[in-house]
Order: sequence, then C-alpha cells, then structure tokens
Amino acid sequence: MKLSILGARVIDPSSGLDQITDLHLEGGKILAIGSAPAGFSPTETIDAKGLIAAPGLVDLNVALREPGYSRKGSIASETRAAAAGGVTSLCCPPRTKPVLDTSAVAELIMDRAREAGHTKVFPIGAFSKGLEGEQLAELIALRDAGCVAFGDGLDSFRNTRTLCRALEYAATFDLTVIFNSQDRDLAEGGLAHDGPTAAFLGLPGIPETAETVALARNLLLVEQSGVRAHFSQLSSARGVALIAQAQARGLPVTADVALYQLILTDEALIDFSSLYHVQPPLRTRADRDGLREAVKSGVVQAISSHHQPHERDAKLAPFGATEPGISSVELLLPLAMTLVEDGLLDLPTLLARLSAGPAAALRLPAGQLKAGSPADLVIFDPAASTVAGEKWLSRGENSPFLGHCLPGAVRYTLVDGRISFSS
Amino acid sequence: MTPLDAKRPLQLNHQGQLRHFLSLDGLPRELLTEILDTADSFLEVGARAVKKVPLLRGKTVCNVFFENSTRTRTTFELAAQRLSADVITLNVSTSSTSKGETLFDTLRNLEAMAADMFVVRHGDSGAAHFIAEHVCPEVAIINGGDGRHAHPTQGMLDMLTIRRHKGSFENLSVAIVGDILHSRVARSNMIALKALGCPDIRVVAPKTLLPIGVEQYGVKVYTDLAEGLKDVDVVIMLRLQRERMQGGLLPSEGEFYRLFGLTTARLAGAKPDAIVMHPGPINRGVEIESAVADGAHSVILNQVTYGIAIRMAVMSMAMSGQTAQRQFEQENAQ
Repeated sequence: MKLSILGARVIDPSSGLDQITDLHLEGGKILAIGSAPAGFSPTETIDAKGLIAAPGLVDLNVALREPGYSRKGSIASETRAAAAGGVTSLCCPPRTKPVLDTSAVAELIMDRAREAGHTKVFPIGAFSKGLEGEQLAELIALRDAGCVAFGDGLDSFRNTRTLCRALEYAATFDLTVIFNSQDRDLAEGGLAHDGPTAAFLGLPGIPETAETVALARNLLLVEQSGVRAHFSQLSSARGVALIAQAQARGLPVTADVALYQLILTDEALIDFSSLYHVQPPLRTRADRDGLREAVKSGVVQAISSHHQPHERDAKLAPFGATEPGISSVELLLPLAMTLVEDGLLDLPTLLARLSAGPAAALRLPAGQLKAGSPADLVIFDPAASTVAGEKWLSRGENSPFLGHCLPGAVRYTLVDGRISFSS
Repeated sequence: MTPLDAKRPLQLNHQGQLRHFLSLDGLPRELLTEILDTADSFLEVGARAVKKVPLLRGKTVCNVFFENSTRTRTTFELAAQRLSADVITLNVSTSSTSKGETLFDTLRNLEAMAADMFVVRHGDSGAAHFIAEHVCPEVAIINGGDGRHAHPTQGMLDMLTIRRHKGSFENLSVAIVGDILHSRVARSNMIALKALGCPDIRVVAPKTLLPIGVEQYGVKVYTDLAEGLKDVDVVIMLRLQRERMQGGLLPSEGEFYRLFGLTTARLAGAKPDAIVMHPGPINRGVEIESAVADGAHSVILNQVTYGIAIRMAVMSMAMSGQTAQRQFEQENAQ
C-alpha cells in the first residue's frame, strides 16, 4: 500500500523536525518526508491539515495479562487499547502466568501480538527464574526469542551478592536490566506513601526511603558491574535526584516514570478510592513536582503508562484488599497532553519523552521519523478533546480518569504503514 | 486540599443529617454536640426499670464483626435492643469469609435479608466507607472500627465522658498517651477534640508509635510522659498490643511501662481532679498501673456505660437520616 499524509504538522523530536509538510509511506516504511519522489502515486491519502503527525508512541510498560490473567485482559484487547492511545510499540512486563522466563512464553506473546496486529510488542524477560530473585533466567535464550530487556518487577534479588553476579553476567552480553527499585523490608505491608494522608487514613505507609535506599544500592551495583540499566517507575523527588547525580558522574543510566505519577498525588486517596491504589504509591505534591522537573530536564527520558488492567472485582474491596494499578494505556496521548496544557513541556519535548526517549532507553527500532524507518505513526488533533471512557477498549475499566475531558484526540495510529486505529 | 479539610458528604443526607456514621472527619461541631445531647437523654433510659424506647421498633440491625470484639459488640447489641430493634450478630471471621466469600457478598446477603442497619468492624482502613459507597448505600452503616482509621463511636463516647465530668471542652488540656500510630481510637479522639474546641490536645509517645504528620490534627507532640501530663485535665491511655515488641518499635513491655506507663506517681503531675480514661481492654502493668485503673481518678467503667448511650444516639440518628434520604430520593424519582 502506498499512502500519503498531506499537510500535517510533522514533529520528529529525534531530528528536530517540526514543520507542516507531507509524509509518503510505502511497503511499511517511510519513503519520503516533504515532496513525493518522482513517480510515486499513492493508493490512499490522509488529509491531515490541522493535525500533528509524530512517531508512534513507545510505551515501556503495558501489562497485557496474557498468558494467565485473561479475566484482566488479553494481548488482543490491551494492544488494541494501546493503539487507541497512540502507541505503536510497547514492552510487556514478565509477570504473566507462567512467568515470562522461557522462550516459549516470549514466542507465544509475540505470535499473538502479531496475530492481533494492533501494535508491535517487545517482551521484557524475567531476570530471575519465576521472578523469585534467586536464580538467573536463561537470558540469552530469552534475548534470542525477542526479549529486549530483563526485569524483576518489585521483587528484586533478596541477596545482594547474587544480584551483583547476575548483573555482571548480563553485562557480559550487553543486556539491558530494568530496575523497579523498592526495598522490600521498608515497603512491607505498605499501601500508600508514608505521609500525612496515609497517616490520617490509617493506611500503612511505604516510606520514600523504600525507593531511595534500593535505588542507591542498585546504582552502585550498576556502576560496579557496568551493566546497561534502566530505572523504571520512579516515584519520588529524591529518587530522581539520585538518578541525576549518577548521570552527572557519567553513568549511562536511563529512567521512566508512570504518566499518572506526573498528574496525581497521594491526596487523591482521601476517600479511600481503590482506583488510586498503585505500586509504587502516589507520593506528595513535592515528589510529583520533582518528577515533572526531571521529565522536563531529560533526567527521565521516558514517560510510560504502566498500564495495569484489572477485572472489576479486583478493585471492589476495602482499599488494602484491592489490587494495585491503573488501566492507563488507552489515554496515553490525551492524558500526556495535559502536561503541555499545564505549560510543563512543549509539544516536541513531550513527544520525545513518549517516543524517541523510551525507544533509545531500551534500544528499540522505533521512535523516529526518517526515510527508511518503519512507518509507525500517530496522527492526532491537538485542538480536539477526548472524553475518557466514551469508547473503551481495554478490558480493565480501572481508571480514575474516566469521564474526564482531556486535550487532544488520536485520529490515526499506523503500524508499519497500516492503519491500526482510526477515529 | 489538606486531609482535614476534606468533606465527607457520603455519611450525610441531603439535609446534612447523619445517614451513615463512618468517621468524625468533616462532621461539624453542631452535629457532634447533637450526638452528645441525644446520648445524654438516653442515659436516663439506662437508669430506668424498663430500659427501652421504641425508636427502632420493627427495624433490623446486623452487627457484622470481621474482627474480634467483646465490649464494642455487646454495647452495640444492648444499644440496639434498648431502641427496640431486632438484632443479629455475626462474627464473620470465623464463618463465611474463611470459605472465600468476600466482604461484598457477605453484606449483600445480609442486605437481602432486609437489614436496615449494619454495624461493621473490619481490619482494613476504609472498610466502612467502602460498604457505604459501593455495597449497601441504602442501609445505614455504622463504623464499629476500621483498621487504624477510625472508631467514631468510641471517639464520641470518650467526648461524652469528658463533657459529663468536665462540663465543656473550651479550657481543657487532654493528653492521649501510648500507641497513637496503630490506634483508630486516637485518630477519632483527636478529630473530635479539635472539632469540639479543645484548645490543648497532646499526644505522648515514642517516635516509633507516632504517625507521620500527627501535627495535622492540631495536637502537640510530647515524647516525655511527665511533660505531657503536666497540669492536664484528662488522660486518655491507649492499649499497647503485644506484637509491637517485634520489628523494632519498642524494646520490651517493661521499658514501655517505665517510660510511658501511667502510675500514681506520674498522675500526680496532672491536675488534682484529672480523669483517667482507657478504651479497653486494659493491659495492667503495661500501659497502666492497677492502682490508677481502679483508682479515684479512673472513669474507665463510666466510659462503658456512656458507650451504650452514644451508640443509641448514633443509631437512632443515622436510621432517621437514612430513612429521610430514602424518602427524599423516592419523591425526586417520581
């Protein structure tokens, strides 16, 4: 199929391109930006006047719930929701059932994702067998099956020496390790940020030090082992300050935050709504502001949805008995646009944090617009708005943003030149 | 928005009357005073030969206790009986939830038996809110204690105790001593004292037993018992659970008693007519000396008596507010 997208404001953060022009696609790739090559006659055109065309969004953490948790979501349902949010490439975390610690599970996920065809899916393998934090998973077999990085969720290696060796092993083969830094002992039993709101509600707290103590340890081990490392789901201002310090002394670490952490604070918990139960927890306004500044400055180069769809029953209990997480990928673009609306980021910077930044962090073949690169695009109307939940594709309805009117509306999502979502 | 500013319209009806009783947070002073006044009138009922009034005749009250309790459960039962309600009590921890039935299903089943009011005690903070908001909004929900969050009837019976012994709250110094961190009683007391205008609320505990930001309740923090008790009118002692000795919160019961146990000698630092309160059950020799618990300053058993009157007041008010809300909604629907 040959497709021309005419008259869009084309923004490619990685090359600095930001102008009103045309895009020509052929064979799943971008053929040219600007005037069409001689002899090119499109079979289809999209009139994109007033719209923005940008690299398709790259989301580093979207729980697809398959295999094992079909009541919460499926690869087909959640990748379809992701496409509606403007996503063309996503990484899925290894907490499936069985755990993504064998190439068979990786292959199953990738096969079903290809079959569904809504987005590209890059699995994150389990760093340890069964995510038990004791024995290394077969990392090279997983890499060869398509895993782009390795993570252990919040249950990192209990034994620091074992972790240290595991990192050295991963460094040998230039693998990327993803850290969710939370000290298990300090976080044990906690439900909410250990601050005045949790104290007032009588919810057991997770102190900021649960993040910073683990982060400091992990950064030092990364430095010693020389492993490629990405720090995921940072939640505190002091946490991002530790990342900034490490980067300042030359450690090439990258980081992401969950989009909702840039918007919500622990004050949202005041009515005990389980929709705000997330892990790591929502923290204070000062933490949120610290995270926002780090996104602005580039210390944090990726904003991810950290999509966690749940069935209704998982949230239908007293706060402490509910499962953590927000179904968030479907609103990735319009919710992120609130950061532009608030004046925090300009549009090219926001798009960088949603595409080129995350793609570079995990070395994914995505996130830029140039001749020859895959035609993965999001085309959206910055002047229109999205009423969250008016249409809903994710199996998880656990979003506190349902009913909100958000800025921007995704018109088309294209994967390899094919329209995977349109509205 | 600071937590103390948060309003909780969930527990009030369209006219601002109670329809549930979930927490004292956000309730205006007038409403708290109305509860105390109503309870005062019910204290006379308790003193009569026939101890019943017909306010809840024909209504069914279910006490649903997901946590063990003797005193609170019994006083709720008595309160409901004295209001002429039909009462059933379930200790759910030992029956259906252990078979996998959820809180949601347990209460829905009881609702289907045409219960008009649930008194719920549950180990999770926010459980009563959850029930009132998502499970049975049409049944009046009385919070009999949820996690560490709130124990509003205990809070109000403590306020009744103080008012009956001290007359008013305007010039009082009140010290709350012990495990503030894990105590729903302390949280409810701090909110109630503040709302009723008590000018000097103190909390006395080691740092390990104080919640972060406890100052938000408008209290002063003391880590020395002698200083904290100096010239106070009211001492509220809290129960110290055995398991606090694990995990580094405290070294031993002995050391806690040495530092924070209320003894006759320590009590001498308070005002000569100070009263001593305790929500029970008491750990003699851990947080309080027997001579104090059973002594002239102690009003611990009065608290139990007042507890029945407070529970009668809250139950009758919430039932009438919930009924008014139902009628209001039906009229609006027509």
